[in-house]
Amino acid sequence: MAGRPHGARSLYFPGGSRVLTILFDGIAYGMVLFVLACGLSITLGLMNFVNLAHGVFAMVGGYVTAILMNRLGVPFLATLPFAFLVPAALGLVMERTLYQRLYNRNHLDQVLFTIGLVFMAIAAVDYVMGSQPQLIQLPSWLRGRVDVFGVQVGLYRSFIIVVCGFLVVGLQFVLAKTRFGAQLRAAVDDARVARGLGINTSLVFAATFAAGSGLAGLGGALGAEILGLDPTFPLKFLIYFMIVVTVGGTSSLTGPFYASLLLGIADVAGKYYVPSLGAFVIYTVMIVVLVFRPQGLFVKAR
Amino acid sequence: MQGTPTETATRHLAETSRWKPLEFAFWLVAFGAIWLLPSHHLILNEIIITALFAMSLDLILGYAGIASLGHAAFFGFGAYFAGIFAIRVIGDPLTGLVLATLASGALGFITSFLVLRGVDLARLMVTLGVALVLGEIANKMTWLTGGADGLQGVVMGPVLGLFEFDLYGRTAYVYSLVVTFLLFLIARRIVVSPFGLSLRTIRDNPLRARAIGIPVNRRLIAVYTLAAAYAGAAGALLAQTTQFVSLDVIALHRSADVLLMLVIGGTGYLYGGFAGAIVFKVLQDVISNWTPQYWTFWIGLILVILVLIGRERMNHQVAVLWARLRGKPEPRPRTIVGGH
Amino acid sequence: MSAALETVGLQKRFGGIVATDDVSFRLEPGARHALIGPNGAGKTTFVNLLTGVLQPSAGTIRLHGEDISAMAPERRVKRGLVRTFQINQLFAGMTPLETLGVAVSERMGHGYEFWRPAGSKSVVIDEIVEIATRFKLADVLEERTASLPYGKQRLLEIALAFACQPRVLLLDEPAAGVPEAERHDLLATVAALPRDVSVLLIEHDMDLVFSFAERISVLVNGALFTEGTVSEIANDPRVRAVYLGESLDG
Repeated sequence: MAGRPHGARSLYFPGGSRVLTILFDGIAYGMVLFVLACGLSITLGLMNFVNLAHGVFAMVGGYVTAILMNRLGVPFLATLPFAFLVPAALGLVMERTLYQRLYNRNHLDQVLFTIGLVFMAIAAVDYVMGSQPQLIQLPSWLRGRVDVFGVQVGLYRSFIIVVCGFLVVGLQFVLAKTRFGAQLRAAVDDARVARGLGINTSLVFAATFAAGSGLAGLGGALGAEILGLDPTFPLKFLIYFMIVVTVGGTSSLTGPFYASLLLGIADVAGKYYVPSLGAFVIYTVMIVVLVFRPQGLFVKAR
Repeated sequence: MQGTPTETATRHLAETSRWKPLEFAFWLVAFGAIWLLPSHHLILNEIIITALFAMSLDLILGYAGIASLGHAAFFGFGAYFAGIFAIRVIGDPLTGLVLATLASGALGFITSFLVLRGVDLARLMVTLGVALVLGEIANKMTWLTGGADGLQGVVMGPVLGLFEFDLYGRTAYVYSLVVTFLLFLIARRIVVSPFGLSLRTIRDNPLRARAIGIPVNRRLIAVYTLAAAYAGAAGALLAQTTQFVSLDVIALHRSADVLLMLVIGGTGYLYGGFAGAIVFKVLQDVISNWTPQYWTFWIGLILVILVLIGRERMNHQVAVLWARLRGKPEPRPRTIVGGH
Repeated sequence: MSAALETVGLQKRFGGIVATDDVSFRLEPGARHALIGPNGAGKTTFVNLLTGVLQPSAGTIRLHGEDISAMAPERRVKRGLVRTFQINQLFAGMTPLETLGVAVSERMGHGYEFWRPAGSKSVVIDEIVEIATRFKLADVLEERTASLPYGKQRLLEIALAFACQPRVLLLDEPAAGVPEAERHDLLATVAALPRDVSVLLIEHDMDLVFSFAERISVLVNGALFTEGTVSEIANDPRVRAVYLGESLDG
């Protein structure tokens, strides 16, 4: 924006390297979004199930980390495995008891059901933990920024990029090289054929759902610092998850990955350069993509 | 059944359009409340407006099978239009109402093309996206809408130049009720017309609807436009009778709430919106008194249980009960029809 | 005289797969014509191209001499090209009365009338009752379609196409799932159609094809394999080979 006073912001973004810093922050943001949303993308592609309550698992992960750190004094890194395991276990239980009853229902029923879960979760967390945002005190070695060739690089954001980068590579490996990955891909392609080949799709569904919920929880924990964490989290970020999934498509993980990066960079850059537009840009992009490429932007038309 | 097949068929088709005793009773009570419940006019006004909004959703969901997660887009648009019109142009309620209704219909017409393109999930997301975009516009165009502070300073003239809006909501309720009743009469005629029947074929099976010569897209555009106009009218009524508009009118939870109401009341018979709005508001009142902060938990629980039990099955139970009350043979349980 | 329905060089590709391969086909006015072929021969794709559910990659479709290749499905129906479906495609929440009523009203151009209650025109009612009687549906007119027994649903499937008053009728395996005893009844009703209606029967059941059709076309791998009279096809060793090679399952 022309004529915009710089003030405090320019302390963080000196000179021409501002663009690179925004890009860097955007990538970190996008990486977190991917870890948050990839589980949703797989369950949607695999079971054609619209799980609007996906953000609940992310919130659970975030709260697990917050509680462990703030009440029990567990160090940040040590909380992360729990931020994965607790939502994964919760996901597994819910999949077996509730979700699997709804796989054959229409999308409206699924939407109503999962929105109901979101409402319940928001109120429940509010009741137990209060409505105030949860603060996560990062360890000192993850705080602050360093100057790399004139570009201000946040340490925590670097950490996120590294961790999420490993997760992305790991996920890709599981999908491409392992027996489970092959079964999963077969089930995504055509569940009926997969069943005919003797694949226990019900087991694949449950395992995938649990892993996806766990990843969401991990994303919630890692992203708490960037995204903020309070009881309205599942609703506030629902639209971001849905954008990742609808823009990225559900037939592979690469689509959602690119979509996450794009969304992360666009959101960070948009908020910096044209704050007056707000979220208008990303919503509009989503509509345009849905209208012209309903199968997703990064999916080859069948 | 006696008579020739032709007579029976005529009688049966006529029966769907004939008014049932319960319908008369419902409207009698609604109008009777003007005199019988003078101290509740404010809440009644809110209920009847919400019911009109839910009925507008029923037109697309219950009759044409379009699920929307963003129906508040039109409600909110109508509300802002009516509010801004009253501030900037003229405070006459009817003029504002008619124009807000037409403008919302126009918005519905334009966005219907977006909704038509996708199917199912994409459609849900597009409706949601449209509402989000409009909400964001309303949020950012502070000079016109008041942004997050809401639209202040709406002053309405008397209805028909005669009836001033009063503090107790009497004029408000009568005004909203009469408008809703008129719009209901129109909707009720439409749904039993050949046009209305053709919408139901699209809801049940768009592929076959096309194969018997029904121009599916055009019918959907027509009904989406109509529903948007109705929602806009509801929004305009709210803005005019409360003389205030906030971002809340277009928020996601309003779209979700109206969907929930309709689902509670049942889709595809127009009264679902009314039943749902009453149940919802009463529940809200009761639960809010009990646990004001956490009432969304119970709403969520109701949704979850409703879906788990099965909306279809519940509607069938209601149908059985209804038939029994009227001394008719019970409808048979549904079996699967091939296709889809 | 122009053909009732004609395709010239009709082609449909899905990516690298050719589902319909350069099909030039003629349905004569008043024909009782059958289209047969082994599973996966592309019969359904061909029907979907004719009715406009799919757009051809190349070639033209003409209905009574008029090019309809780019026409929307519902407009083809208005011009008299009507089909039935192999798997019932009905309106579960409506009664047969309403179902047939919609089709008849739509055909008569009443589809946009939103102010008049359905069923207030006696021409429409008379026609519904006439069709329902012909298809033995008169006694279930007021029941929900979803609660009808399968046999009745199947009859409604066919009756619904009749309600559109076809000039060219495409029957996609009309006897599928119908008990042996009722099959010939069904076919007799179709055969009783006036001769100005041309019929294309897509069928698996050879008995049915031989008893109904006067001419037969054979579709193999998306292409027209051969065409001829019933006896020519019945005695064609190549057709026999195609079917035996595929194992006769219909």
